[in-house]
Amino acid sequence: MHNKTITELSKALREREFSSVELTQSYLDRIKKHNALNSFITINEEMALEGAKVADTILANTNTNLLTGIPIAQKDIFCTQGVKTSCGSKMLDNFISPYNATVVENFNNAGAVMLGKLNMDEFAMGSSNETSFYGSVQNPWNTNCVPGGSSGGSASAVAARLTPAATGTDTGGSIRQPASFCGITGLKPTYGRVSRYGMIAFASSLDQAGPMTRSAEDAALLLQTMSGFDTKDSTSLDIPVPSYSASLNNNLEGLKIGLPKEFFSEGLNNDVAQTIESAINEYRKMGAEIKEVSLPHMKLSIPVYYIIAPAECSANLSRFDGVRFGYRCSEPKDLNDLYIRSRGEAFGDEVKRRILMGTYALSAGYYDAYYIKAQKVRRLISEDFKQAFAEVDVLMGPVSPSPTFGLGEKTADPIEMYLADIYTIAVNLAGLPAISIPAGFADEKPVGLQIISNYFTESHLLNIAHKFQQTTHWHQLSPKGFE
Amino acid sequence: MEWETVIGLEIHAQLATKSKIFSSASTAYGAEPNTQACAVDLGLPGVLPVLNQEVVRMAVKFGMAIDAEIAPYSVFARKNYFYPDLPKGYQISQMDHPIVGTGHLDIEVDGSNKRIGITRAHLEEDAGKSLHENFHGSTGIDLNRAGTPLLEIVSEPDMRSAQEAVAYMRKIHELVQYLEICDGNMQEGSFRCDANVSIRPKGQEALGTRAELKNINSFKFVEKAINIEVERQIDVLEGGGTVIQETRLYDADKNETRSMRSKEEANDYRYFPDPDLLPVEITNALCEQVRTELPELPSAKKLRFQDQYQQDEEISTTLTSSRQLADYYEAVVKTSECDAKLCSNWVSGTFLGALNKAGLEINESPVNYEHLAGLIKRIADQTISGKIAKQVFEELWNNDATADEIIEKQGLKQITDSKEIETLIDKIIADNPKQVEQYLSGKDKVFGFFVGQTMKASQGKASPKEVNKILENKLK
Repeated sequence: MHNKTITELSKALREREFSSVELTQSYLDRIKKHNALNSFITINEEMALEGAKVADTILANTNTNLLTGIPIAQKDIFCTQGVKTSCGSKMLDNFISPYNATVVENFNNAGAVMLGKLNMDEFAMGSSNETSFYGSVQNPWNTNCVPGGSSGGSASAVAARLTPAATGTDTGGSIRQPASFCGITGLKPTYGRVSRYGMIAFASSLDQAGPMTRSAEDAALLLQTMSGFDTKDSTSLDIPVPSYSASLNNNLEGLKIGLPKEFFSEGLNNDVAQTIESAINEYRKMGAEIKEVSLPHMKLSIPVYYIIAPAECSANLSRFDGVRFGYRCSEPKDLNDLYIRSRGEAFGDEVKRRILMGTYALSAGYYDAYYIKAQKVRRLISEDFKQAFAEVDVLMGPVSPSPTFGLGEKTADPIEMYLADIYTIAVNLAGLPAISIPAGFADEKPVGLQIISNYFTESHLLNIAHKFQQTTHWHQLSPKGFE
Repeated sequence: MEWETVIGLEIHAQLATKSKIFSSASTAYGAEPNTQACAVDLGLPGVLPVLNQEVVRMAVKFGMAIDAEIAPYSVFARKNYFYPDLPKGYQISQMDHPIVGTGHLDIEVDGSNKRIGITRAHLEEDAGKSLHENFHGSTGIDLNRAGTPLLEIVSEPDMRSAQEAVAYMRKIHELVQYLEICDGNMQEGSFRCDANVSIRPKGQEALGTRAELKNINSFKFVEKAINIEVERQIDVLEGGGTVIQETRLYDADKNETRSMRSKEEANDYRYFPDPDLLPVEITNALCEQVRTELPELPSAKKLRFQDQYQQDEEISTTLTSSRQLADYYEAVVKTSECDAKLCSNWVSGTFLGALNKAGLEINESPVNYEHLAGLIKRIADQTISGKIAKQVFEELWNNDATADEIIEKQGLKQITDSKEIETLIDKIIADNPKQVEQYLSGKDKVFGFFVGQTMKASQGKASPKEVNKILENKLK
């Protein structure tokens, strides 16, 4: 049953082909069997089975939500009441949240069953899942390779069919890049579409939660549940949520696709480039018009991002001070010692590096030159997209310059790691929605096609992704050993 | 050398909202520690602030009252520093774009008016409290106060003496209570003040180096702290030293200020716009709506009292010293329909005296305006004398009854029947021949003796006017 899509599972549950308890148990068994992937930080066995039991009674009685009784897994960045919420850090290894994130609450209300909490880079800072306090995660397509990051556990678990779907969060590519590396579908919605309440903040103006699934059709179902205005998040937007499933099959005749030339320049792996080209050809066959466009300021997106995101994170992570929750060093001798050792002992190197960078960028005398300047460039980057969308409906290109790389291969050089996000970061800076869908393979490693569209046009994005998946089989392939 | 003192004040007024500035937790004072701190106030991972719109209205109200520009667009910023009672490791405040811009307020010192400039007023959240006692060498943290809304009102360095600073502080104190945006309770910390103090040779334009005096929480201490700090600075400069820019703490017990931290040790707060909150946009419509809700301000009310009730300036100042008192007075006048001066004598005299003695606020008074009006009515229509009225007032204070009920029950009605009074007087004249003789021989003072005896015989109920009239006739 683990090869079924959510739509198929939902139908099977309704037709009593199997129960939610049976379904949940089968996934729990798979999770344990493929423990070596290390994609889960917490397996929520008891609560999941209880939830499945409740779902079964609801399924027997009433007209239910499509997600009722469907197992899902949450990235460990979402606060889950009564369940450890670690954010991949030693700092929160002992943290049991007293409340649910809005996203978690939405899944609960829909009757979904939470299998557990997924591994991730520490505080979502990383592109390979190797900064996690809980150890690195294997890519099921090649277990010597990284799953990408920061939502590496989510991507690995969905690709290995340890869960029908998962949540992820994307600050600079953290949904799309692991989705690409693991051959699954990952959608980063428009900033403000999904509530950030209860999602542990990395960089507040960039963070956005989204679904990670095996198909665009499933992503539509998850996004439907995740989206919507939340009074608890001032940055969520009060814009009606359309039916994402309704428009999946719309005709793509006359669709105008822009190819930003900056996405296809120096540094792009040849095999990846070819895979992307043949994917774009599929759209040409469906009647789309293709044209080259330019995002002239995109090359500045990495330096801009590495000022804004660390600046925000340097403040966001100040609350982890050993005073009220989380890690506290043993026997602090005074207040300063408490701060220095608690934070020094519980944060990993990458987190420390970003706190330092951000603190520096905000310091008196540097603020104008770094932070203010970065904000100005950020506006120019948004402006580039605006110009492009005046000409075309969507933009397409690779998600990452290369497919997945070996575990440990890039950990020594943070800059090289940062460059893996060159094609994804600008989208976060502009707050746009974008999706990564499986487009083929390079060197037997999955390659994702990135599609970027205008604000709040997730329906269109899902429609375009779904049509591709109707004519290609890449998203249906299972990694060997996980069929 | 002659020195000139230069003072600017930063006043923190706690806004009188029911819930906190960024969460729905209650702001009520005095609850058990940490019972009024929700997930947002605790700064738990993942929580987000949501602005309480009421604080915006209150800030706009204040801005209008000081004739300030209201920023159509203002921004919340994070002020970063570590302290155990600051849960997020940053305070949400406003830096570059405060909600209230330049305004002013007029004060009066020694009979002359002076205009004090107000640089800005901005919104921010309060921190919690660190409790250093009863924790066996550790520090306890109470986060009930964390997230309480504050309006920080920053003045220009326009004050030239401690006296002016106190007058300005009192004026702001009166104003925020008039506007009903702050309860003004200084004991509970709802109204606090920091003072920037410097001196310069008289006639010099450039400002001297300032010291910031922290958290001086009463009018008396503000005056004392400034005066002692000015003395210290004069001593330093006249001794050939230099004043350094620093934060100083006023010690009321020792009446001295001492250094807390110098400028070099000051935090770099690394302010930046809070990405969790949208900029606050204030529309004309909101401004217009707030304007209609704006109460009559103290200075206007004072002028109106002088005009409408024919009061002199002193009484008008007293009656308008708080909005509650002014409202009380006006209600008494309106309800009693009696002479405004008779009413003001009672409100500012007996009534206010009793309140002060009991240490009560107007809204805690056992005598409401209806009861007092009922009493004044009976004075005006001569049912009781002024003296009996004091007795009735005391009964009103201690019992839940009307003046009429008390007068009736205790038989306090004034005797105005001249026959009855004549009978009393005849008897007193007959019983005191010696005094009659003294009076007739020219000792006018003895007249008072007869009045007193008559009043005593009538148990105070005889109309003094009638008594005088009859006595004058009889003793011719």
